[in-house]
Parts: sequence; structure tokens; C-alpha cells
Amino acid sequence: MMMIFGIPLQALMGQLLVGLINGSFYALLSLGLAVIFGLLRVINFAHGAQYMLGAFTALLLLTVAGVNYWLALILAPLIVGLLAALVERTMLSRLYNLDPLYGLLFTFGLALAIEGTFRYFYGASGKPYAPPAQLSGAVNLGFMFLPIYRGWVVIASLAVCIAVWLLIEKTKLGAYLRAATENPVLVQAFGVNVPLLLTLTYALGAGLAAFAGVLAAPIYQVSPLMGSNLIIIVFAVVVVGGMGSILGAIVTGYLLGVVEGLTKVFYPEASNIVIFVIMAIVLILRPAGLFGKEA
Amino acid sequence: MNAPLLKVSALQAWYGESHVLHGVDLHVNEGEMICILGRNGMGKTTTLRTIMGILRKRSGGIEFAGQDMMSVPLHKTARAGLGFIPEERGIFASLSVEENLMLPPKVAEGGMSVEEIYELFPNLRERRTSPGTKLSGGEQQMLALARILRTGARCLLLDEPTEGLAPVIIQAIGEVLVKLKQRGMTVVLVEQNFRFAAKVADRFYLMDHGRMTAEFPVRDLPQRMDLLHRELGV
Amino acid sequence: MVGKSEPIPSEAIAVHPKAGQIQLGLVALALVAALFAPQFLYPIFVMKLLAFALFASAFNLLLGYTGLLSFGHATFFGGAAYFTAHAVKVWGWPPEAGILLGVAGAALLGLVMGAIAIRRQGIYFAMITLALSQMFFFFCIQASFTHGEDGIQSVPRGHLFGLIDLHEPMNMYYFVLAVFVIGLLIIWRFVNSPFGMILKSIRENEQRAISLGYSVARYKLGAFVMSAALAGLAGGLKALIFQFATLTDVTWQMSGEVILMTLLGGIGTLAGPIVGAGLVVTLQNYLATSDFPVTIITGLVFMTCVLLFRRGLVGEFFASKIGRRLGFRSGS
Repeated sequence: MMMIFGIPLQALMGQLLVGLINGSFYALLSLGLAVIFGLLRVINFAHGAQYMLGAFTALLLLTVAGVNYWLALILAPLIVGLLAALVERTMLSRLYNLDPLYGLLFTFGLALAIEGTFRYFYGASGKPYAPPAQLSGAVNLGFMFLPIYRGWVVIASLAVCIAVWLLIEKTKLGAYLRAATENPVLVQAFGVNVPLLLTLTYALGAGLAAFAGVLAAPIYQVSPLMGSNLIIIVFAVVVVGGMGSILGAIVTGYLLGVVEGLTKVFYPEASNIVIFVIMAIVLILRPAGLFGKEA
Repeated sequence: MNAPLLKVSALQAWYGESHVLHGVDLHVNEGEMICILGRNGMGKTTTLRTIMGILRKRSGGIEFAGQDMMSVPLHKTARAGLGFIPEERGIFASLSVEENLMLPPKVAEGGMSVEEIYELFPNLRERRTSPGTKLSGGEQQMLALARILRTGARCLLLDEPTEGLAPVIIQAIGEVLVKLKQRGMTVVLVEQNFRFAAKVADRFYLMDHGRMTAEFPVRDLPQRMDLLHRELGV
Repeated sequence: MVGKSEPIPSEAIAVHPKAGQIQLGLVALALVAALFAPQFLYPIFVMKLLAFALFASAFNLLLGYTGLLSFGHATFFGGAAYFTAHAVKVWGWPPEAGILLGVAGAALLGLVMGAIAIRRQGIYFAMITLALSQMFFFFCIQASFTHGEDGIQSVPRGHLFGLIDLHEPMNMYYFVLAVFVIGLLIIWRFVNSPFGMILKSIRENEQRAISLGYSVARYKLGAFVMSAALAGLAGGLKALIFQFATLTDVTWQMSGEVILMTLLGGIGTLAGPIVGAGLVVTLQNYLATSDFPVTIITGLVFMTCVLLFRRGLVGEFFASKIGRRLGFRSGS
């Protein structure tokens, strides 16, 4: 059996994979947060709840309507995005002129309300969600067994991240978004319906979270609490990355996921705080974050 | 005589509690270029922003192409045919020159095509993939002008286009404005540099403390020089 | 800006000539009510109220008067509870020493957390405090002295100054009341001190304060440590009142709760956090026996307050006609 740094290769690769998977979720979620924050200047505390909603929607679609995983991957983000658009239109948009802390507090309350509701109806335990038949099983890579679903998670999240990046950097809609981030009033004066753009952006962010939730369902089980502890780690990821760039959010997510995975191998006791420790270090050395623009 | 394209009556405006426009009256006929003169802080930029609808705490009358603009939301004002070019130019740093150029949506037919724009502003074609803010001040002013020209706007609200620019560039901008006039563009110009304005404008307004205190055609400019020296300190 | 005084309502109302005396009278009334409260309500319930009122007041020092939103105050509250509980139960310290240890521990945690978080402004500050607080939570799960899920139980209240037996409910009650009043006095003095005035000017216009030569970071850190220490005072009290310290006290949900109390009561007012704490504690008590989902209500109250009710109960009162006639002002 091959050993690296005194650890069997199999174990190392296994943890690296776990790290990559966690990193996939960190990347998707911090991407959603960054997109929302960039334009709306709101920290969407409800992001974790929207992730949970995505998973639950997939579960309910399956159990109630017999809708399979593949359709759920598309429908759940759409549904959650629509609900988020409603919230933005009716409530969140009233807070834009205020101190951004109110946006944080409002979305915090929203998160509590959503999670409380699901906890009330479904209890705190996790419910299983089977991965689709096409993605079950594992593949033997020689040095490790790769569960196909897990490999799919990494690929799918990477694909979505790249797609969002392309949308923002290379399309007309993305240009509207980037311009409105800099000077929303002027963009509106040009005739662009910026209020609608804000709604769509919030919906996009929520949809990304929901997509992550569907991806997560077969791995982590579907529970009302699945979002709340995750969101705090994602906050730390976002602080490390700096909210300035979309690319930064994606890269930092994967990076920190892998670091967390490696820590689990070499120093397991520290694995659930290592990201926070890195955050503290980054704040001391480079407060703007690894990719941040503002100090 | 035809009705003016833009007619502003008894326009008042507030920044929060501060009353900044105290009843502004002006009108512009189609194809005309008027210039609002006045010292700093008298309300010239505010007037443009209020007409455009950026400043929304306002009362009075704004009529453009026969349409009442007071109740029109900001993002629909451009569609009526008004184009706004702010004093700070507003070029977006996270967009390339070409993205900046293509950003404002088309509001009507009759705007310049991209080819025509690149012919008028060859610098912009050369630098079209650079980030917008890598351009010089003069080039940014050209870009700010160009992107509105593409949209088919009928009336430009142009705020201090020559500010901070070298005489050579100012001359170039003057030439662009003359060409625009020839195409029938209507322009409301705000300028401190009245010698520049005298070369392009048809009519002048003088603004003081949030209202118009004088109005005269360009041919009366020589008689009005005393007044201008007094009011503008030039 | 959060906590900044809302613009003065345009209708001017003449302040009642005896406004100052009326305000003092109201305070005296509240004190008398507090002295006799145990006759009408369960002492433990009122003590819980006082501890949380102190916690919320300490939090408000940071949010209302300095404009900094900390999402990690549970660390100071719950951390101090652990320190006090451990000192009194395991080391056999007298209660006053145990509480002082809690305060010192909280102040130290505040110094470390504050020093890191101050590096960023506004919204980032809030997120960083949340993350650091979560880190402390994980530490508490694993540390041996906290006994993880069980917490530290059967904490003896001991004898205050070696003389007064705090296991007697009335003794404990008056002790808690005294500490609460002292804590409030400290806050009141702090807010009206030169330090407090500078904090206020930083909150109103930070750039200007910097240009005037103030080391803004140091003032913010000072306020943070002060707020943490006083939150620790509340936490140490709580450990003695309930005679246990648990993980619940260091969770982000607890941090959220104290924010809610302050928001509901009125950010930037002295009485606001007290009123807010009273309301939230009473509501929780009432709902604890029923099957009702507290989290949903908390969330909805949060959303409603932020949308419609930002000044909080006390703040709304201050801005109303009666409030202005009585000369009340918030944020000052």
C-alpha cells in the first residue's frame, strides 16, 4: 500500500475527494452570495435556507409528484428563484437605501422563518434522497474507488460556476449587471430596468443556492438544518476570497474545501475550524481578502 | 411656430430638505442647441438631473415631445428620447470600451450605427477592447457622447463636456457637436466655458440660485458680455 | 446608518418644562418596581430578565452607540458563563470572584475577536464576528472543561463576600438587581464620557474623525472590549442564576437573540434593550410550554422590525409626540 507523509494514499485521495466536494458547495454558495452582494449590496443570510429549500423541493418533487432528479435539478432552482424574486420585490427592495446591515438582519430573519417552518413540519432529522440510477455505483481508478455521484457533483458545480462566470463577463446581460454594480442610477438613466435586474439577480443567487441543495441531497440527506451551519462557513470563505470578484469566490471555495479536506487527514481535531483560522490569518495579513479590491 | 421639443415650466427640486431649484423655465426647439451658463452651485447640473428624472423630488412641468415626463419612472425616460451625459462621464471600469459603447439600449431608429461612430471617433475603434477607464479624459468624453448617439436619442442633456480637457480635445468635441447639429440633434448644454459654447450654441440661458435670470440668442452675445463678466467672473 | 438618530420630525414640539424631572421620576418608578417585582413574579424569571437586559444593553453599546453590528456576542455571554461556572464549581471561588473572572475572560475574548474583526468595516465586520464566534462554539464542543453537550451543571452560588448566602432566592435577587444597576450605570457613564462622545462622532462621520486625528480603530476596539466585558458580566450572572452553563449560550442563535432584543426594543436608546429583552424573555417563557415554533416567530419579528419598525418600541415612543414632549432623544 502506497504511503504519502505517513498516510495511506487511499485515505489521502479519499479525503481530497471529500474536500473537493465540500469545495464545490463552498464555491457554488459563495458565488451566489458574491453575485447578490455585488449588485444589491446585501449579505443574503437566507442563502443557507435557500440551499435547504432546493434540497427539500427536490425531495418533495420526487415523493409527491414523482419528478426525478434530473428534472429537479432544473425545477428546484426555478421554484426557489421565483420565491426569492417575490421576496425581493415585496420586501427586500425597500431596504436598499438603508445601511446594508438591515439587509443582513432581514435575511437573517427570513432564514429563521424558513428553517423554523420546515423544522416544524419535518422535524430535525435528515431524510434520505437516492441519487439517480445513472449516477450510482463507483469507478475503480486504481488508487481509489470514485463514487460516480461524487464525481458528478464536482463536474456539475464546476460547469455551473463557469457558466455563471461566462454569463457575467461575456454577455450583454452580464454587462448590465457589472455596470449597474458600479453606477445603478446612470444605467437606469440609460433606459435599463435596473429594479428588474436587481430582482433577477437575487433570484439567480437563490437559484444557485437551490441548485447546490439538489446536488447535496443524495450526499448529505435532506434536513431543515442543513443550511444554517453551512452558511457560516461560506461567510468565512467569502471573507477570505474578498467579495470583489466572481472568479475569486469560485477559486477560494474550491481551495478552502481542499484545505479543509487535507486538514482532516493530517490534523483532524482542527478540521472544522481550519477555515475560520485561515480567515483570521487572511484578515490580519491582507484584510481585503485574497481577491478583494476594496480595503 | 412648432411647439418646442422640450419645455420646462416652474421646475422646482429638492436634495432632501435642501431646496435647490426655485422655478426654472426653459424651452428647446427641435434641432436647437441651447446652453445654460452660470457659476458653480447655481443649479445647472441639478437642472439636467431633474429633467432626466435622476433627481425625483421635484415639482412643476416637464414636457418632452408632447409627453408629460413628471410621472415617468427613470428607466423609461431614455425611451422617450432623452439622453444624459453626466459631468463625470460615467464610463464603467468593469466594461470594455466596446461594452460601454453598446450598453445603453436603442430607444429609437435614427441613431448612429457602430460603423458611423467608429468613423467619427477612430480612437474608440482602436481601443475597443481596453477597459473603459483606461482611456484618457478626452477619449472618455467621446465615448460618453458616442454611446448615447448610438441609441437614437433625440435630445441630449450634456453636462460640461469640456471640463478638464486640453484645448485640442475641446476643439474636437466642438466639431462633433457641430456635426450633430447638422444631423438635427437637439442639445441642452451646460457649460462654464462660454467661449466654447458661443461657437456651437444657438441660445443661452443664464442661471443664478436655482432660477433663470436671462435668456438671449447667440447673436446678442456681444451686447451681453458685460452681464456675463459680472455674473460669471470671467 | 444603524443606530444613528433618525432625522428630527419636522413638526417642532415644545419640550415640557419639567421633562428632566419626569424622566428621572420614570427611572425611579422602574427601580421601585424592580425592588418589589419578586412579590408578584417568580424571582428566577425576573432574574433571567435582568441578566438578558444587561446582555442586550451591553450589545447596544456596540451597535447603538458605535454603529458596529456584532453577530458573535454569544461568545462573550456564554464564554463568561463557562468561566464563572468552572471557577465557582471546580476551583471553589466565591461568586464575586467567579463573576470577575467571567468578565475578564469575556474582555480577553473581546480583545482578540475585536482586533481581528476591526480590520474590516460594516457588513464584513458582522460576518467576521459570526465566523469567529462559530469557531469558539466548536472549541467549546471539544474542550474538556465545558463538558460538551452536558455543560457545566450544579454550579453552586456560594456566599457573596463570604457572608451572604446566595442560595436564598431573595438574596440572589437583590444581588442580581444590584449588579444590573451597576452595569447600567457603567454603560450610562461610558456613553456620556469623552470616550463615548468620540465614539458617537465616529459613528456619525468616520472620515471626519480620522481627519481630526483620532485613532478610530483603537476607539472601536475599546468599545468592543467594553461591550464584551459587560456581556460577560451578564453571562457570569446567568451561570449563577440558573446554576449551569451550556452550549446554547455560545451559539449563533443566541447572538441573533440579543440582536433581536435590541432591535425590537430600540437601538441606541438606554431603555430599548431592557424593554426588548423583557419582551423576548416573556414571549419565550410563554411559548416554551406550548408547541409553538419559536424560531418562526423570531424570524418573522425580525423581518417585521427591519421593514417597518426600525426604531424599535422605545425609539418609536421617543419619536412620538408624547416622547418628544417629554424631551426624550435617541442616539444621544
